[in-house]
Amino acid sequence: MSLIARDIHLRLGRTDILHGVDLTAPVGRVTAIIGPNGSGKTSLLRALAGEIVPVSGRIALNGLPIVGMRPEVLAGHRAVLPQQSAISFPFTAAEIVRIGLTSVAGDQIRQGALIGEALAAVGLPGHAGRLYQELSGGEQQRVQLARALVQVWQPVVDGAPRWLLLDEPVSSLDIAHQIAVMRLAADYARRGGGVVAVMHDLNLTGMFADHVLLMRGGRAMAEGAPAEVLDSALLSDAYGCRLRVGEVPRAGVWLLPHSATL
Amino acid sequence: MVALDAPRGRLAGDRRHLGRALAAWLTLLLLAVSVLSLGSGASGVSAAAVLTDWAAGRDLAEIDRVVLFDIRLPRLLSGVLVGAALAVSGAVMQGLFRNPLADPGLLGVSAGASLGAISAIVLGGLLPPSIAALAGWHLVPLAAFAGSWVAMIVLYGIATRQGRTSVATMLLAGIALAAMIAALSGLIIYRANDQQLRDLTFWGLGSLAGASWTKLGAAAPIILAALAVTPFLARGLNGLALGEAAAAHVGLRVQRVKAGAILSAAAATGAAVAISGGIGFVGIVVPHLLRLLAGPDHRWLLVNSGLLGASVLIAADMISRSVVAPAELPIGIVTAMIGGPFFLWVLLSNRRVLDA
Repeated sequence: MSLIARDIHLRLGRTDILHGVDLTAPVGRVTAIIGPNGSGKTSLLRALAGEIVPVSGRIALNGLPIVGMRPEVLAGHRAVLPQQSAISFPFTAAEIVRIGLTSVAGDQIRQGALIGEALAAVGLPGHAGRLYQELSGGEQQRVQLARALVQVWQPVVDGAPRWLLLDEPVSSLDIAHQIAVMRLAADYARRGGGVVAVMHDLNLTGMFADHVLLMRGGRAMAEGAPAEVLDSALLSDAYGCRLRVGEVPRAGVWLLPHSATL
Repeated sequence: MVALDAPRGRLAGDRRHLGRALAAWLTLLLLAVSVLSLGSGASGVSAAAVLTDWAAGRDLAEIDRVVLFDIRLPRLLSGVLVGAALAVSGAVMQGLFRNPLADPGLLGVSAGASLGAISAIVLGGLLPPSIAALAGWHLVPLAAFAGSWVAMIVLYGIATRQGRTSVATMLLAGIALAAMIAALSGLIIYRANDQQLRDLTFWGLGSLAGASWTKLGAAAPIILAALAVTPFLARGLNGLALGEAAAAHVGLRVQRVKAGAILSAAAATGAAVAISGGIGFVGIVVPHLLRLLAGPDHRWLLVNSGLLGASVLIAADMISRSVVAPAELPIGIVTAMIGGPFFLWVLLSNRRVLDA
């Protein structure tokens, strides 16, 4: 069981975005997609989510091709946290999270309890009645994460893992909440689910990712364990600036821009 | 559990109980306004007196029967359907376009209906007498309905490519189409004589004065069918509030929701405009007010919009019949005179929510 992309070619409008990308995201692990701006990370995640259909290539979720899968079936296999989420009407946090239950069967009491648990899990207990538009950017991002979480609350259903696809899940968060959200993702994977996250913060990637895909210019530069991919030379080449990877005992790898190490 | 309201297991921030309670109150309001409307009018026939007679088994005076069952009742039912159609279509369009100021006018429906009506009023005389006689004075509503559908189908066709409807394209194309239709209407109006100009003005302001069982029989099935579709759109419109991509992520069939929203709103509005002419403001004010009272969840918003829209239109009609009795004001004047200031007041007193 895994989330597999093979030779994905993707075009948006007249621009070729991905030129034959492969990815094998293992279940029970946090897979991070990293790379500079415009390298195709988000586009790859959208293709994995079934949101945009590649020109060619194959995507299989737990062994099933996602192209042509009915939306409500796909929704039972994976949930998606997009980068931005502007809301047009004054919904409360609880009402936003409830939208994540659109394709989930269940009685109202159970669903209400689930919404409360999900908001607590993202560190927003007591925010259920707050208007989404009045929350801070970081709080809004965590409400959206709760919305994605309730959709696939159990990491494993009938022996099949479920997937969280997260596009920059910590971009608006302070450092404590960055760590909390990454722990939540890691915990979801540890309980048997799968997580694929587009990441900008390489230190958080070093701390929490089990598997890393490094992209540049719509191609995969490297894929593998963090120890292999988070390499000074490889990253310096990918991002076009000098980066130095160090190791902190018992905490993992740490990266610093070269100038800061002087 | 966290954030649960202990006694009833209700989650904070879940406002569906408000929507449910509101629906009950709005039903009572609609009943009350309907009874009042049946009992008031220029003829002085009192519904209470007629009902007492009827309950006592006495024969109704012919005049009472005509006033009540052939004039006031079809007018009341027309008001209910038109008000519900306008308000629900407004709520559906606002959900689809993710904008609280959207209304069915954005679909070219109103512009198309106007062009149809204007053509019928000004150019109707050019029709072969046999056809004109067949349509009779239903010519204007029929032309309005046809115009609204042609405009909507053209616009939907422009905005849909490879089975996907672009809401943004629809909005922009709608502005262009409305301008073209307005120019065409202007050309036709240029040919109109004084009597026709007077008819045009009154049609544009809207009125239920021409309500009859025949008109109702033609429009009611369309409006009822369109309204019956909308509850199935509620979850979809909630999902669309997150954007189209996220709506698809949670398992919604987005294109189906969009097509259902566009078709039902256009059908309901087209039929409503055909009965009553142009009546503004109901489609924007009613859903907006309900969102402030019970939140934007479409599962109650659509139902409640129908109930409140119907009450508002009947009340406006009563006012339009009584202020200059025995003459009548066009109902569009009443809805705009009361709706405009009321809407401004609501906007100004809720700036905090709106600006967020």
